[in-house]
Amino acid sequence: MNDMTPTREQREAKLEGMGCKRKRVEDVRFTQGRGQYVDDVKLPGMLHGDFVRSPHPHARIKSINTEAALKVPGVLAVLTAETLKTVNLAWMPTLAGDVQMVLADGKVLFQNQEVAFVVATDRYAADDGINAVEVEYEPLPVLVDPFKAMAADAPVLREDLAGKTTGAHGPRKHHNHIFEWTVGDKELTDVAFSKAEVTIKEMISYHRTHPSPLETCQCLCSFDKIKGELTIYGTFQAPHVIRTVVALISKIPEHKIHVIAPDIGGGFGNKVGAYPGYICAAVASIVTGKPVKWVEDRIENLTSTSFARDYHMTTEIAATKEGKVTGLRVHVLADHGAFDACADPSKWPAGFFNIVTGSYDFPTAHLAVDGVYTNKAPGGVAYRCSFRVTEAAYCIERGMDILAQKLGMDPAELRLKNFIKAEQFPYHSALGWEYDSGDYHTAMKKMMETVDYAGLRREQAAKRAAFKRGETREIMGLGLSFFTEIVGAGPSKNCDILGIAMFDSCEIRLHPTGAGIARVGTKSQGQGHETTWAQIIATEIGIPADDIMVEEGNTDTAPYGLGTYGSRSTPVAGAAIAMAARKIKAKAQMIAAYKLEVHEGDLEWDIDGFRVKGLPEKVMSMKDICWAAYNSVPPGMEPGLEAVSYYDPPNMTYPFGAYICVMDIDVDTGVYKVRRFYALDDCGTRINPMIIEGQVHGGLTEAFAIAMGQEIRYDESGNVVTGSFMDFFMPTAVETPHWETDFTVTPSPHHPIGAKGVGESPNVGGVPAFSNAVNDAFAFLGATHIQMPHDFWRNWQAAKKLGALAA
Amino acid sequence: MAKTHVTMKVNGAEVEGLIEPRTLLVHFLRENLQLTGTHIGCETTHCGACTVDLDGMSVKSCTVFAVQAEGADILTIEGVAHADGTLSALQEGFRMMHGLQCGFCTPGMIVRAQRLLQENPSPDEAEIRMGISGNICRCTGYQNIVKAIQYAAAKINGVEFQEAAE
Repeated sequence: MNDMTPTREQREAKLEGMGCKRKRVEDVRFTQGRGQYVDDVKLPGMLHGDFVRSPHPHARIKSINTEAALKVPGVLAVLTAETLKTVNLAWMPTLAGDVQMVLADGKVLFQNQEVAFVVATDRYAADDGINAVEVEYEPLPVLVDPFKAMAADAPVLREDLAGKTTGAHGPRKHHNHIFEWTVGDKELTDVAFSKAEVTIKEMISYHRTHPSPLETCQCLCSFDKIKGELTIYGTFQAPHVIRTVVALISKIPEHKIHVIAPDIGGGFGNKVGAYPGYICAAVASIVTGKPVKWVEDRIENLTSTSFARDYHMTTEIAATKEGKVTGLRVHVLADHGAFDACADPSKWPAGFFNIVTGSYDFPTAHLAVDGVYTNKAPGGVAYRCSFRVTEAAYCIERGMDILAQKLGMDPAELRLKNFIKAEQFPYHSALGWEYDSGDYHTAMKKMMETVDYAGLRREQAAKRAAFKRGETREIMGLGLSFFTEIVGAGPSKNCDILGIAMFDSCEIRLHPTGAGIARVGTKSQGQGHETTWAQIIATEIGIPADDIMVEEGNTDTAPYGLGTYGSRSTPVAGAAIAMAARKIKAKAQMIAAYKLEVHEGDLEWDIDGFRVKGLPEKVMSMKDICWAAYNSVPPGMEPGLEAVSYYDPPNMTYPFGAYICVMDIDVDTGVYKVRRFYALDDCGTRINPMIIEGQVHGGLTEAFAIAMGQEIRYDESGNVVTGSFMDFFMPTAVETPHWETDFTVTPSPHHPIGAKGVGESPNVGGVPAFSNAVNDAFAFLGATHIQMPHDFWRNWQAAKKLGALAA
Repeated sequence: MAKTHVTMKVNGAEVEGLIEPRTLLVHFLRENLQLTGTHIGCETTHCGACTVDLDGMSVKSCTVFAVQAEGADILTIEGVAHADGTLSALQEGFRMMHGLQCGFCTPGMIVRAQRLLQENPSPDEAEIRMGISGNICRCTGYQNIVKAIQYAAAKINGVEFQEAAE
């Protein structure tokens, strides 16, 4: 060896594989304004479409007059439900097995519902056209409160369902009832409660909110009449599913539909579903013969496309006097708005809410969820969440704190006492999941030691005493959260969307010179897939990450995949990438053996190539194998070096984490300050620690927003009162706390690289930490449960209700 | 609608256009000049994705009419990189410190930060946070954006960047 021979460390570093804080490939274009988002795409002759929307939350439509609008300069067409009926598209199927109006058909069911679609030469002319459409409404009684939805005299919202006593998920009990979903052993759970020494019961609400990515939902549809082909550029988290849905409802053959998701400006669940704008833009393109673009504005985004949460969870826990939990009983009233447009795997009307037993060893549990219609926007998407896991984590983490308070026990001690133990994995939960792996005690203890939990409790006790002596008006709360996520949907045995199993896919093609391209069925919206997917390949096959181009989002070139949401990309597509790479490696080994004139079994892998066992000088690098794959493969072998893998995961993955929030609240103003926030995440094998940290920061900021004020609120008349960033809490750099991150590593035993997914954990685990901090702060003044969101006003109200305000 | 002639300097080049008086500056930049790096996130001046530099001030181009920018000197994200095509200190800082994820707020954030560093070449963390409070980011939680700006400030000032301990 001469001095120029790179060391093993240098060879490994050159790959920038897994575990490396590789700088992002995407940033070179994004920092220069050279990303290409949907609204940046322009096609010749392109038109713009925009919606006439209903000012009423519930009204009959007496007439729609488009005459004046059609005379507005630049306006070319106005679509209404009547137009759409001619192509059988006035209604569309939802992912949840319901149907939804594309344009108002006879009545409107929520404020800002789409009523007509104006198509014009530019967005200004379209707006002029909207103002000229005359709609006559007859207001109807409005249903806002989900608790009144199933009253005998509640207004009938969905006249289209008249007489239908069964929905997509079983029997309907009332004209505003959507489904009832039950899991667990009711009898056994009832017995646990009747025998319990201690029980708690609390109605815990998780308010309606919205994912609100900075780029709104948008699309550009172009129908080529000659070829009979439809091209759709769109903000799609799941472009392949969109193509299939379009094929099913439009009857255009699927191979003649080209769906392209270019760069996406954040998704957070908002861009999973199909919205009326997509259908209208496609129909308008077919009608006009021109490309038609639809771009939501922010108010439309907040008020019409896909809210999240709105779960009202009556939570009961049974326990012994010593604090050992013996049973969990939860009833959820789920407000789905006017149409059930929930984006869950098809068989799961309440998503994976049955993860609600959390990190604890409940011997028995029972869950019932009732979904109801109200006069609110449709949706129920997973806002940075794996299908109602955020709601479940909030429910159990609040519940455990309430139980601790009743028992007079420290909430950390209660959790430690009830955790599923490391030796119990794989663990079968009372509500039907098989947790793949975990080490909860280690994570919890690391968190407690790092922040000096005992010291914080001592400080709190001193502050409480000082408050009672009248020496301070500030109270201190410690918010604990120990969450278990369930991500990586999912195994074909229990997860599908409209009948398509929730696998994911990767195709890798290596070129003669040792560079290559990987195409994946997922779609990054900021997660950095172009960077991290190449890192997996680099480690697996020894080609530097810089030499692998990653491409996603074009349904003509990428293999079919179910997309990016529910933290499924790493657990599912990440596995497909590793498996495709391993197929390549297996072929590469045969080529290397042939070239080195040894038996395959005599070779061993060494960072970036194969070497002959016992003869370290006899090597063939992967780069050289790539060249050989195109000119001298073994006799009988096909040339080339490429592979595709469709990965059907055997199980979900179960990331977990221990979070703590230290908060101070001024009782007389309700003003809070997050003094410290520490987040320990265990997402198994870590692909890129820099990106993981970024994901945790972002998710915690969303959790902070949700817990402390971010809400889609309706007044009693059904008007949205939080329809812009003026009223919808969107934290800036000033309000956002400083984040401390940490980790443990418990690899997933069934995942090829042991990774579990992390994007949503901070949102799932963060919300209960903030809410528990507020509740913990007020607990010594007599509070049991204060509903979110905890903005200054509500904190002040809580203090007032507790009689804690200064006289 | 009758059209109006506008001229302005954008990223150092004289440009002109014939537009409706109601045309917003952001649409003039994006549609007429094809400078699509400047984004639209809210159309109500809250989010800052459309931030550009106009005569030495950060403005939100979604609430400025193009005709109001007649004769103005405008800088957009497309004009931020060095003339030789290399990244500016801020662009480099955002990449090195992982100050961006989806990239949608990034152009407005960088253009704003560039003005901030001219107003205050050595801002502390609180000043940076206040200085970018007109720009919303949904992905990063701001912590790494703050570091990115600190990185750039250090580089511009010729001092060593020291990342604050967690």
